[in-house]
Amino acid sequence: MDLEYGQRYNDFRAQVRAFVEKHKASRPITSYDPKLREKVVKWLSLQIDAGYWARTIPKEYGGFGAEPDLLETVIMDEEFNRAGVTRGMMAQGPSMLVPTLLEHGTEEQKRQWIGPTMRGKVMWCQGYSEPGAGSDLASLQTAAHQDGDDFIINGQKIWTSSADKSDMMFALVRTEPDAAKHSGISYIILPMNTPGIEVQPLQTMSGDLGENSFNQVFFTDVRVPRTNVVGQRGNGWAIANTTLKHERNSLNANAEGTLFRLMKLMREETMNGVSAMASPVFRDRLMRLQARALSMKHHGMRMLTCSLKKESPGIAGLIVKVQNCQLNFDMSALAIDVMGELGVLYDHTKYERDRGYWQIHSIFSLGLIIGGGTAQIQKNIIAERGLGLPREPKPATT
Amino acid sequence: MDFGLSEDQRLLEQSVRSFLNQQVPIDRVRELREHECVIDRKIWRALAELGVTGILIAEEHGGSGLNLLDAALVSEAIGAASTPTPFLSSAIMTAVGLAEVGREQTHAWLKGIATGEIMFGTAITEAFSKREGAGVSSANGTLSGKSMMASDVCTADFILVVCDGDKLAVVRRDAPGISVTKLVTIDKTRCTTEVQFDNVTCEAVFDGCSQAIDRMLQAGRIALAADTLGCCETMVEMAVEYAKERKQFNRVIGSFQAVKHMCAEMIAEIEPARSLMWYAAHSFDAAPDEAPLMACHSLAHIAEIGRDIASIATQVHGGTGWTDEQNVHFWFKRIANARHLLGGPELLRNRAAEVQGLAEAS
Ligand SMILES: Cc1cc2nc3c(=O)[nH]c(=O)nc-3n(C[C@H](O)[C@H](O)[C@H](O)COP(=O)(O)OP(=O)(O)OC[C@H]3O[C@@H](n4cnc5c(N)ncnc54)[C@H](O)[C@@H]3O)c2cc1C
Repeated sequence: MDLEYGQRYNDFRAQVRAFVEKHKASRPITSYDPKLREKVVKWLSLQIDAGYWARTIPKEYGGFGAEPDLLETVIMDEEFNRAGVTRGMMAQGPSMLVPTLLEHGTEEQKRQWIGPTMRGKVMWCQGYSEPGAGSDLASLQTAAHQDGDDFIINGQKIWTSSADKSDMMFALVRTEPDAAKHSGISYIILPMNTPGIEVQPLQTMSGDLGENSFNQVFFTDVRVPRTNVVGQRGNGWAIANTTLKHERNSLNANAEGTLFRLMKLMREETMNGVSAMASPVFRDRLMRLQARALSMKHHGMRMLTCSLKKESPGIAGLIVKVQNCQLNFDMSALAIDVMGELGVLYDHTKYERDRGYWQIHSIFSLGLIIGGGTAQIQKNIIAERGLGLPREPKPATT
Repeated sequence: MDFGLSEDQRLLEQSVRSFLNQQVPIDRVRELREHECVIDRKIWRALAELGVTGILIAEEHGGSGLNLLDAALVSEAIGAASTPTPFLSSAIMTAVGLAEVGREQTHAWLKGIATGEIMFGTAITEAFSKREGAGVSSANGTLSGKSMMASDVCTADFILVVCDGDKLAVVRRDAPGISVTKLVTIDKTRCTTEVQFDNVTCEAVFDGCSQAIDRMLQAGRIALAADTLGCCETMVEMAVEYAKERKQFNRVIGSFQAVKHMCAEMIAEIEPARSLMWYAAHSFDAAPDEAPLMACHSLAHIAEIGRDIASIATQVHGGTGWTDEQNVHFWFKRIANARHLLGGPELLRNRAAEVQGLAEAS
């Protein structure tokens, strides 16, 4: 155990902190909103020039070009979090597409897409799920037939976050109809304004508060050049799994920050003249959650150490998503109970607390429990890959 | 930045685990439970030879002067094997309590623990919970009163006693005026008694020990959390192993998703709890300001997940899990006993709130 970072990193931390302090008041909200686009691009470019975003992406692809250094990444995240500022942009382009292109893309794809994506000039959505293919993603049916130098795509995607506000999509499509389930899929990128694409918004249970919008995307004879395939044709399943890994890593929510917010609420919220913190019952629930948050905080440090040493965390890594998502949901549940009968207030109504944060947080945590591999699927993975329990036998075919 | 165990720590853990597997397998524990007292001095001596009874004791007193994290790994191994031993009372609580007292007089006792010649029992329950009129007071170097749910006193050489709220006393086990009554608990792997003091002459009474008692309880709680964690690991291992062998409906039960998810949920609780325990133990030496909070949280949290795991791992075994012949119940009951041994989860969480200034100190 040695929890010191050392002088070089302490200096780096001080630089990041100074940068965040200087700019935090004037930053725009980093969102998909086209009206904010220009300001967002400026803000992201400023961060890239300072080296706090796209830090390890090579210069020729529009990044800052530093050597990868995990501790620097952690320090940047911690310092931005601390000030309540989003580092870079939480969006599927930077968090999922860019790592995939870096690993599997052609030189041309990298030069064309990585820079503009990191600068917020090009926004992306993820076209994986279909009505009949969610947890069982590999059963997806959206078909891409080759026609000369193009693919022609027909089919449907669903629950596509932000598709209505995106310029581009990275998608999984079936290019080899005769191949086995997992080996007939390709990973392809396409502009959302291609003729034949129709986006239909799907209202979410949040009533569309917050950032996420849900959509269905229909494809009718959508023509996409073959050069838009990322990696090998037919190898899309393996490539998607590297992206999903990036998604699950990026779901590592900041439980400690949420806990502080919850504690503040409990000090301030009163019923019958007594603060929630003075109630032994609520306090006991808070302490239970604090122990869990502390567990996950130190578990995160343990995972970080494994990465630094290039050791596999094994089963200890497989349990992170399911535990963090549930913890976040449970923290918002306590906050809502603390507010009692006012806990259901929503959408900036009179008497709403904390600008409605908790109901939104609760609904979004629930979404994260489902999205990117449901809790049940995670438990299957833990049991089968982690504990070596046998897979479900295939049902007998009749 | 390195959050994890060192090579030395891994070796230490391994050596204790393989020693216990060989020397004190569960069949041996089965035999020991038939004895008058489950504590066996031979095991204690052997642990001393391994060098772990003096793990926390300073080198000047003949120990190895290691940190609580090292000691907690030993505790975890002891829990994993369900070994009856006064490790918690002697090597953790007495060692920390007496070291904090810091008087020359304590040298011989600390040295005796390190060499394995001396075993200490503890009568300290009243430091956090008084029932049935219990409580010990001192006057002119003598003790009177009673202490309940005392640990490892039967076969001990000395007893460490909390008296008058903020004093620590050392008495000989065989001093005139002491009477020890065995209290039968569900847990056959620990020794539990009531100790009555009737004008017992002490070897020493140390005043002004609030701080020493606090540190002793912190160390004890963290080590006990590690013990329960070790119990949980073994229970999950046994459940997973059983799930891979037992067949029903022509399949191994581990291929049923309900069983898989029981196992996945148990391990998903264990791994972050391990990270919590590591940090709690580390903080005891490296960040003592955080230790009061971390001690409460680690024990309360692990007691909670322990109760669930004890139940679920037994359920995976079905009817055989409910028999005496199948061994899982040893760990089930050890976990149950640990839950309140140094304060239950509700008490600890209330204390956790107090040390953060979120609740008024009681
Ligand atoms: C907030 C949010 C954002 C999302 N964003 C996107 C996006 O941008 N792009 C995209 O492509 N998709 C997105 N999704 C879709 C998401 O990936 C799927 O909803 C998810 O994978 C589950 O698939 P499903 O909805 O078909 O549920 P199903 O697979 O039908 O699952 C229904 C229930 O059955 C259970 N179940 C299914 N299979 C098993 C099994 N083998 N064992 C045990 N239980 C099982 C599930 O756990 C669940 O409880 C998003 C979802 C959410 C909630």
